[in-house]
Amino acid sequence: MESLISYLPAFLGGMLIGLSALLLFIGLGRIAGISGIVGKILQQSESDNQANDKLWRVLFILGLIIGAAIYHFFDPFTLPFRQPPSAWFMIIAGLLVGIGTYIGSGCTSGHGVCGIGRFSIRSMSATIIFMLTAGITVFVIKHVFA
Amino acid sequence: MKNVIAIISGILFGLGLAMSEMINPTVVIAFLDVAGDWNPALMFVMFGALLVTTVGFTLSLKKQSPLCASQFYLPTNSAIDKPLIIGASLFGIGWGMAGYCPGPAIAGLAYGQQETIYFVIAMLVGLKSAQLFSAKG
Repeated sequence: MESLISYLPAFLGGMLIGLSALLLFIGLGRIAGISGIVGKILQQSESDNQANDKLWRVLFILGLIIGAAIYHFFDPFTLPFRQPPSAWFMIIAGLLVGIGTYIGSGCTSGHGVCGIGRFSIRSMSATIIFMLTAGITVFVIKHVFA
Repeated sequence: MKNVIAIISGILFGLGLAMSEMINPTVVIAFLDVAGDWNPALMFVMFGALLVTTVGFTLSLKKQSPLCASQFYLPTNSAIDKPLIIGASLFGIGWGMAGYCPGPAIAGLAYGQQETIYFVIAMLVGLKSAQLFSAKG
């Protein structure tokens, strides 16, 4: 483990994520769960109300990309990608994430940050489960098949 | 106002993901790789985020309603049921494979890498098909 100071960006970045979730909650009364927000954009709206309710979600997701782009602009030297894994590997992973977050009603942001933040036992359980299966997956890929 | 808050909130989220390097799959996989060269960065990200949300959510819920909406929209389901367990397990497997969860993957589009685009499109297809095949949707 390196010195604690090297984790300051991680900690501050985490606080920004928390602040974002808090702003959305105080402002709109909404949980900043990315899979949920994206899922609602993809869902067919059955009423005008539901259709109108899509705009803030689209803007939030747009903001997400803009925020990362702004950081990338000021810190262009970090190219944070490993050796590209094969396309099929990424496609299967993406499908699992999409299906899993829908069935499990959330991901790292909704369950992990917001759910634990409001002391939800359901979200804490989900977080423990996906951390576990993710850890096992990494172990199998890196240490069993490698 | 509602839409302004939404986009500002999104920008903060994207900045946070980039600053904390959660946008970098290697860092996430290094956190999950307890048996390898473990990198605890994600723990500090969660700690920073939860410090703000635990205090902030508790205080906000003392208010009658949010600033720009008539109510707080809180999930009503509190059951630890089969869908939660199966869904979270599948999500974890995909997350461990790619080092990407939905937020960082979408924000990562800003870095313009091909594998990010594959992942995000597959994720959207997965989400949409789960909606179509599920009675929940």
